Amino acid sequence: MDIETIVKELNLKVRAAGTNLRKNISGGYTGDLLSDVMANSQEGDIWITRQVHQNIVAVASLKDHAGIIIVNSCEPAKDTIEKAAQENIPVMVSDLSAFELTGKIYNLLGKKDR
Amino acid sequence: MHPVDITEKNNYQRSFYVEGGNFTYAGIVSTSIKSILKKMDLPVDLVRKSAIVSYESEINIVSYAKKGVIKLTIDSRTIQIEAIDEGPGIPDIELAMQAGYSTADQRIREMGFGAGMGLSNIKRYADVFDLTSEVGKGTYLKMIINRI
Repeated sequence: MDIETIVKELNLKVRAAGTNLRKNISGGYTGDLLSDVMANSQEGDIWITRQVHQNIVAVASLKDHAGIIIVNSCEPAKDTIEKAAQENIPVMVSDLSAFELTGKIYNLLGKKDR
Repeated sequence: MHPVDITEKNNYQRSFYVEGGNFTYAGIVSTSIKSILKKMDLPVDLVRKSAIVSYESEINIVSYAKKGVIKLTIDSRTIQIEAIDEGPGIPDIELAMQAGYSTADQRIREMGFGAGMGLSNIKRYADVFDLTSEVGKGTYLKMIINRI
């Protein structure tokens, strides 16, 4: 499933698109502790977080995440958007909580045995 | 960044400066290291481990030290990453190594750093991990990822 599909299905607001939203999502990880995300997320994951500062872009880039979704309608900082554009990391905003959004994406990906 | 030649993958050395307290550029050194290793076409697993350990050591310098240097040395057998800082040092290394233990202030924690996972992550992903520290002077961290 690509990012564009998830954007449409879940009514996400795109704040930085990268070169395209066709990037494939292979899984997901939810977390606000950067070391936890560094250690335990996988390449191709969509990262769900409440953090909005620019350091999330470096983590997503180092881990080759498909993109970042910020929850609870929180907006990314201006420099987060700039950095995400440079690093080609899509950043989206959802009005759902981390719990609800994670559940919806989990079902969309159909990864019940992950 | 200067171009990397793939033939350098058995003989490469570079040092990166890290400024303490400046979260604007936190992660830039580990991003460069990852990109160098990728250009050298090293196995993804080694690139992934190197990215994690260099990121954690870079964040430690930014969070706690005045300044530091991260040195990347690649030879045919290993990827070695050294993080050398001038800072407060670590009084009790055993305690600092405990998962969840952190001396980070509120500002650092609010950003999602300072969860007390950095050093244990490094230990988990580096094949060799050597930490020495002198209180009031600084900390030296050596991490080796084996290529063979």
